[in-house]
Amino acid sequence: MSGLIVDRLSVSHGAIEALRDVSFSVEPGQLAAVIGSNGAGKTTLLRTLSGLKDASSGNAEWNGREMLGKKPDVLVRRGISHVSEGKSVIPELTVKENLVLGGIWRANRSDTNAAIAEVVELFPRLGERMGQSADTLSGGERQMLAIGRALVSRPKLLLLDEPSLGLAPLVIEQIFETIDKLRHKLGLTVVLVEQNAMSALEIADIGVIINLGEVVATGKASDLINDPALRAAYLGY
Amino acid sequence: MQKFIETILIGFSTGSIYALMSLALVLVWRSTRVVNFAQAGQAMLSTYIGYEIATRSEVFWLGLVFAIAAGALVGAGVDYFFMRVLFKHATSGPAAVVAPVIATLGLLGLIRSVVGLIWGGDLRSIPMPVSRDGYTIGDTTLPFSPINTLIIVTVCLVLIAISILFTRTNLGLALRASAYAPEIAQLAGVKTGQTRTIGWAIAGGVGGIAGMLVTSYNFLSPNSLDLLLVFGFIAAVIGGLESMVGSVVGALILGIGLTFILNYVGTSLTFISGFLVLILVLLIKPEGIFGSRKGRRA
Repeated sequence: MSGLIVDRLSVSHGAIEALRDVSFSVEPGQLAAVIGSNGAGKTTLLRTLSGLKDASSGNAEWNGREMLGKKPDVLVRRGISHVSEGKSVIPELTVKENLVLGGIWRANRSDTNAAIAEVVELFPRLGERMGQSADTLSGGERQMLAIGRALVSRPKLLLLDEPSLGLAPLVIEQIFETIDKLRHKLGLTVVLVEQNAMSALEIADIGVIINLGEVVATGKASDLINDPALRAAYLGY
Repeated sequence: MQKFIETILIGFSTGSIYALMSLALVLVWRSTRVVNFAQAGQAMLSTYIGYEIATRSEVFWLGLVFAIAAGALVGAGVDYFFMRVLFKHATSGPAAVVAPVIATLGLLGLIRSVVGLIWGGDLRSIPMPVSRDGYTIGDTTLPFSPINTLIIVTVCLVLIAISILFTRTNLGLALRASAYAPEIAQLAGVKTGQTRTIGWAIAGGVGGIAGMLVTSYNFLSPNSLDLLLVFGFIAAVIGGLESMVGSVVGALILGIGLTFILNYVGTSLTFISGFLVLILVLLIKPEGIFGSRKGRRA
């Protein structure tokens, strides 16, 4: 079976169970929005899927191969890329260096250069700032750079952790538009973790709503948006 | 005027050796957050190995190559067999902060004892490819000798090689990324553990060069590199502990400054001045001349 399958995944931080029996699946090319309030376990979910954190039980597989128990550098080589929370760029490095970092695991530098050229085509603003330190970028540009860095590895599965965090409303709108455009253009499967429920569900195929570490609802994003009970309880509008 | 120029030249030569030790300390600090006091021991062990090779082959450069290799191996070994295990066990609380530094002090003592057992406490000197006698102009012999030229040229070459490694290669990018943001580096596909061990190896190799160069005008004994560690550390603090460029500049300032005190004030005050500088920097500008309060710079 292809795509992403998360099956009864549980993760704990010491004695505290952060995720309990979380199950959902995402078909290739789909965008899944994982919605939940602060502390619901969304970030823990992504950190477990990308190999930063160990699961206590359950399974997760990508295109038929087990993901759990592998280090992030192994998963990157299998096409799984994670953009962590909070504009994950390295401010001390230049824009170019941040992008090169995204392809550093490749033996062949020219593949990386080609991938960078593609990213610059998608985000022309980054192309104009290649030699500047990432520190000088605006919040929105940093988020573009973080996503761009992940794209340099030419991922098949992109895990995005709250790309809208700390950005102005207008910029947030641009970021969501960009994500939507990118995934269609590149045929990406995306797991998008967001507190910004409405914007995320609008571009998503499916939604997974998490509360206190448990999945409370999954289904087509459009159905979730229109469910009055869910709207009142979890979507906050 | 002649004395002034001599002082600057000798200071530059001394400072450039401090620069290597300081750079070795900064490399480890950046990647591991440990002030590696064992660096003096690692460098000393490497220098003894370099000494053995140089004495037997009567080729200084062969000894230097072996000292670099030994330094790199010992550095990598300390990280792989010692630091990794330590960090696995002491993950949080005061132990995690203090244990690694105390451990490096313990390691320094251990290496020194082992070297003492193998080589004894005798003072040894390394055969040099160039003369230790000062250059002569007319009838005057200068304190600056071909050895000093060799030291300065070698250190410049090492610094150029390291700056190319760090700014132009994937390994250098991986080393910097892992030091600045290990998690992002890991997510980008860098094997951060392995990269850190390579960082320790580079630091160890640089320490080996520093040890060989100091021994070119000094005697080698199980504690002959202690002063180098102290001055290297002071230089690193002047430079801000984070910055590789800062560590080199800090070392040159320190080397030239101390040589001025030695030549114009007196031997007795040199050592005290080094510590005074350390205390003054920590009191007035604790982030060093190249460090910034908010973050760190390459």
